[in-house]
Amino acid sequence: MTLRPARRSHAPNAAPSPTEIHQKGPSPEGLDARLVVDRGGFRLDVTLTAAPGDVVALLGPNGAGKTTALRALSGLIPLTSGHLRLDGVRLDDTPPESRPVGVVFQDYLLFPHLTALDNVAFGPRCRGAGKAEARAQAAEWLDRMGLADHAGAKPRRLSGGQAQRVALARALATRPRLLLLDEPLAALDARTRLEVRAQLRRHLAGFEAVAVLVTHDPLDAMVLADRLVVIEHGQVVQEGTPSDIARHPRTDYIARLVGLNLYRGRAEGHTVRLDAGPDITTTEELSGPAFVAFPPGAVTLYRERPAGASARNLWRCEVAGLETHGDQIRADLTGELALTADLTTVAAAELDLHPGAPVWAAVKATQTHAYPA
Amino acid sequence: MTDTLQSRPRRERPRGRTRAVPIPLLVPALIGLAFLLLPLIALLVRAPWSSLPEQLTSAEVWEALRLSLVCATAATALSLVVGVPLAWLLARTRFPGRGFVRALVTLPLVLPPVVGGVALLLAFGRNGVIGQWLDAWFGITLPFTTTGVILAETFVAMPFLVISVEGTLRAADPRYEEAATTLGASRFTAFRRVTLPLIAPGVAAGAVLAWARALGEFGATITFAGNFPGRTQTMPLAVYLALQNDPAAAIALSLVLLAVSIAVLAALRDRWLTAS
Repeated sequence: MTLRPARRSHAPNAAPSPTEIHQKGPSPEGLDARLVVDRGGFRLDVTLTAAPGDVVALLGPNGAGKTTALRALSGLIPLTSGHLRLDGVRLDDTPPESRPVGVVFQDYLLFPHLTALDNVAFGPRCRGAGKAEARAQAAEWLDRMGLADHAGAKPRRLSGGQAQRVALARALATRPRLLLLDEPLAALDARTRLEVRAQLRRHLAGFEAVAVLVTHDPLDAMVLADRLVVIEHGQVVQEGTPSDIARHPRTDYIARLVGLNLYRGRAEGHTVRLDAGPDITTTEELSGPAFVAFPPGAVTLYRERPAGASARNLWRCEVAGLETHGDQIRADLTGELALTADLTTVAAAELDLHPGAPVWAAVKATQTHAYPA
Repeated sequence: MTDTLQSRPRRERPRGRTRAVPIPLLVPALIGLAFLLLPLIALLVRAPWSSLPEQLTSAEVWEALRLSLVCATAATALSLVVGVPLAWLLARTRFPGRGFVRALVTLPLVLPPVVGGVALLLAFGRNGVIGQWLDAWFGITLPFTTTGVILAETFVAMPFLVISVEGTLRAADPRYEEAATTLGASRFTAFRRVTLPLIAPGVAAGAVLAWARALGEFGATITFAGNFPGRTQTMPLAVYLALQNDPAAAIALSLVLLAVSIAVLAALRDRWLTAS
């Protein structure tokens, strides 16, 4: 990194202590935002904080408000209320072109009439660099992305993965203090995705300011981000590290994403009484509102009620649907307890499973996981 | 494009026999086609081919042709300078009465050109609403001048450009402008460096349309600028005048305009093919 133009003046020089970086709430460096946007019946109300170097993923189903949050951060739509501070500077009323924010758009939006080099040089040019200087900086960025050979190529001649890297270089070339990525891997096919995900992870790890990425893909979120913020219906429903969220999902959406059966109820000792449904016996001892989760692979199915079954969690169900899931069969069950169960193709054939078939589903207490709600 | 992709396999599929076109549709269609083509054929048949070279090399013809080309080009340039921003305003901003403004812009498309000429006289004539001040303060007189021809042609031709560019702008993805904005471009810079290059094919097509319309302008021009050879007498006026006393010359001039029209059509087709 030989080319390093002076940081924009509002970045404080004093390096914050580690405790300050990880402290929640307003901190002088990094992102501190409460984004409230009202749009015709939809209300987004999301609080986001992040320290420099953090990579935060906004994860949520379509229509949850992820992209709205990103557009509010970049200034493309105004905040209805709330605030947005970046490195201690209020940006609520700053127009998008004056914000130290870089955006990688979902389909990249590389300017089709400009070469890769001129696309990357566009930002530095707009922020006051001379033509030659902007191009030199752009060449440097393309080189860093391993795209030096494609500097003269128009976007339509670039592969999906290359275009993604040019888009990232273009966003980074303005030296943003906040980098936003909207579904950065969604436009790629499965194979390219794997490769680009690894590259992107490397680039994000090396990025010294705050990065916020939006995705509906839990794998992208977990690989790329240090912290997940899950949004549903414009609200934050859960936030935490990827492993924490994968182990302790708090909504059906997240449970489905991480592939767990999730129930909510009231715990009394080793039993969780579900709000709607039977009791589930667990190994954890809790009291009060609690979640119980278990993976579909922990479920054993029987056509006849198992005699003297050691499992104390036994429910009478009916097969609602079957689908292949990797090299296994995933069965959706309804009945006493709605759940999904994974079983081998052989087991599915032996049990003669078909939609409507009555089954008994059993889960060992040791395979369940209960945690306070 | 998708159209051709879809139609190709369909075309290759063998069919029993081509279905007959119903007579009640075929006959009027052929009559319509003949009606459009016959006058042009007549023009070619009756053209004084032997005397054509000398007709076309006469000073008056060259004078009219030169004036036509200069005025049409100037009118197109003027339309571009004010028409493209106007199209942007209509396509990219919201303001009260936008639909009304849009209707006003398209009015000259349907307004009889003569009425346009009268309206121009009332606005920019020596005693016009604005013209009297131009005359009193700056000593500028617009009617019956070459500048008047350019104004009359711009009035009639600019709507073609505005409509064409506005359509292209609406079809263009506004998110490119947003991307430019997040990179630090002001709205004007985003327009100049991103939007304008993207809509260039549409602007070019609109400019060609406007230029062709300006070249053929008759009614507004003769009303507002008169018919002075060398100053305001463009090709269409020359054709009309020649028809009174020298039909052969009128035919020769018409042939020139026909050739120009065909050239414009060819240019446009090319542009549309490469643009789509």
